[in-house]
Amino acid sequence: MSKTDITKAEGDLYLENLTKSFGDFTAVDDLSLQVPQGSFFALLGPSGCGKTTTLRMVAGLEAPTAGRIRIGDADITYEKPYRRPVNTVFQNYALFPHMDIQENVGFGLKRRGIKDVDAQVADALKLIQLEQVAKRKPTQLSGGQQQRVALARAIVNRPAVLLLDEPLGALDLKLRRQMQLELKRIQTEVGLTFIHVTHDQEEAMTMADTVAVMNNGIIEQMGPPTELYESPRTAFVANFLGQSNLFPAKVSGVDGDNVVLEDSDGRFLMPKNRVADGVNLSSGSSVLVGVRPEKINIGPLDPGQEPPSHGNYVDGVVEAASFLGVSTQYEVRTAGGDAISVFAQNLDVHGLMPVASQVRLTWLPLHGFVLDGHEDINAGVESELVVG
Amino acid sequence: MSIAAAIGDTLEEQPHKNKPQKQGRFTPYWLLLPGLLWLTIFFIVPLVTLFGTSLMTPVPGGDVGEFEQTFHFANYVDTLTDSTYYIPLFRSFIYSGIATLLALAIGYPLAYAIAFKGGRYRNILLVLVIAPFFVSFILRTVAWRQILADEGPVVAILRYLSLVEPTGGVYPSAFAVIMGLTYNFLPFMTLPIYASLERVDHRLIEASGDLYAKPFTGFRKVTWPLSLPGVVAGTLLTFIPAAGDYVNAALLGRPSNTMIGNRIEYTFLSVNDYPTAAVLSFILMATILVLVLFYIRRMGTEELV
Ligand SMILES: Nc1ncnc2c1ncn2[C@@H]1O[C@H](COP(=O)(O)OP(=O)(O)O)[C@@H](O)[C@H]1O
Ligand SMILES: [Mg+2]
Repeated sequence: MSKTDITKAEGDLYLENLTKSFGDFTAVDDLSLQVPQGSFFALLGPSGCGKTTTLRMVAGLEAPTAGRIRIGDADITYEKPYRRPVNTVFQNYALFPHMDIQENVGFGLKRRGIKDVDAQVADALKLIQLEQVAKRKPTQLSGGQQQRVALARAIVNRPAVLLLDEPLGALDLKLRRQMQLELKRIQTEVGLTFIHVTHDQEEAMTMADTVAVMNNGIIEQMGPPTELYESPRTAFVANFLGQSNLFPAKVSGVDGDNVVLEDSDGRFLMPKNRVADGVNLSSGSSVLVGVRPEKINIGPLDPGQEPPSHGNYVDGVVEAASFLGVSTQYEVRTAGGDAISVFAQNLDVHGLMPVASQVRLTWLPLHGFVLDGHEDINAGVESELVVG
Repeated sequence: MSIAAAIGDTLEEQPHKNKPQKQGRFTPYWLLLPGLLWLTIFFIVPLVTLFGTSLMTPVPGGDVGEFEQTFHFANYVDTLTDSTYYIPLFRSFIYSGIATLLALAIGYPLAYAIAFKGGRYRNILLVLVIAPFFVSFILRTVAWRQILADEGPVVAILRYLSLVEPTGGVYPSAFAVIMGLTYNFLPFMTLPIYASLERVDHRLIEASGDLYAKPFTGFRKVTWPLSLPGVVAGTLLTFIPAAGDYVNAALLGRPSNTMIGNRIEYTFLSVNDYPTAAVLSFILMATILVLVLFYIRRMGTEELV
């Protein structure tokens, strides 16, 4: 590698086989990813999955047990934190209580001996719309204001990579939504690489260009939000991002571009490109069939009704129905015993399908997805996470 | 502990003031009573008595040690212009000032090491800091005579390094007195600093590193300012008693190292000149008070949180 000045390194951020163990517990396990320069990248995962540890290694506050970290060509794996072109917005903000806002924001610039600190600090405060509090102490600010100051204090340094550790976690819901837009605006405006850590899937999906879903120290899947949502590759992703109906089935064969699957409720077709990588499609192997609740059509079951020509279907009984205004949420028990959730948009005025009524659920083959049969159906379900 | 904390407390309490308090409006004052009584009996009364004594004059034709109550303010002028008094007074502040700085130089790193590197041995280390208190003050000071004696280890090393003459020593001397003061008041310096450092949020130090501060800069800009309440408390707790101390000068010094405490003791117990002893006590107290106020004002307005 050439003798580049690491403090001025720029480019994509690479984590290569990054591992961090505390004793015999592995918090981050052989994690590899690439974050394109200038992108808004979200690291999404439940509490305790190793997000903070990953960020701390990038910031240099924790030394990796194995693996490498690069920015462009520069290897920063063991670089001192104060030499890295990386800044962090800490989970608890970590504003210096004995300095006023202006001093807090100017701290990094002063340490690097930059000349027009005042002007840059003023610009940064303008960016977060807090010029008026420049002379106040952090404790005199509200949570949302402190959050923005922490952001300004990091951004003003124009780091190659900006790390945000659950930056909105301490804010109430309304403020959080507002700050999400604000953060996105600021990121677009300054064009820095943002790595945003969160356990809020909605936050990750609304803000990020790319989302990496993390669980137990590994990355389960990475991609644009729509891709993660439409084509989850693991049960964890399917359940953690939004909601999914998953039920076990067996491969019974291949029919052209479609895979034919079978379970206690009948046969389903699934386009091959809707099958997650690495799933065994030989006859008789077990898989999980997934369908998002809003992709399912629900209708009353008439006696002698023909099966739909281009769709999969199952018949069942409505067990619960809750009318939510824009949609109605049904819980349906199929003849084969699976429980399936359905979100039906409120398109017509026929009203609800009553509880205990017979219904037919249909969906287009391309609306489903197929996962490996060894996956835990309940991985990433919210109620589970609270307990576990 | 700190001024800021005290202010914070009063601020937080304000909302309570508006709460309706129908019953027991005087309860808070009753609760104050024991404290007030204590202060009156053990502080105000002796202070007033002492002040009275400082204005006394000898009974005409009376015995040594016989005085009558007058309002002879000239006692203060007489004492302050007498070099046998103002020189030891001045010397006291020099000695205790140096001892305070030395105690800070030793106590701060000590407290820092215990707070940040002590790990699970922290509590044991803290006990070790105060362990000397299990031995009487006098005994500990006498022990320093042995340590600093001509045959002792310190002199041997100093002679070896040619820092004292081959036949020279360090006891008795100003050096020995200052060493004694430093040693005896070190725990008073260390413990408040430890208490302050222990409360410093490590994440702030990490944040300073993240913001390009090298470890020492991070210390200077974050850890040190946040530990200042402890430093202020520690220096006061060291300086004030050291300035009035007479044991160290008596046991480790020459007559030329006399401090004001020794003068007060001598004037009071040997000469039986109670008014002058009282005057000296008052002057010592007043000087310390002025110095302390000055110090707190300076530290308080500039750096304290
Ligand atoms: N210094 C440490 N020593 C031991 N275990 C740690 C340490 N830091 C984090 N861990 C453990 O590593 C796991 C991941 O922690 P963390 O990265 O903070 O998770 P997240 O930020 O995703 O909630 C947790 O189980 C946590 O207990
Ligand atoms: Mg975390």
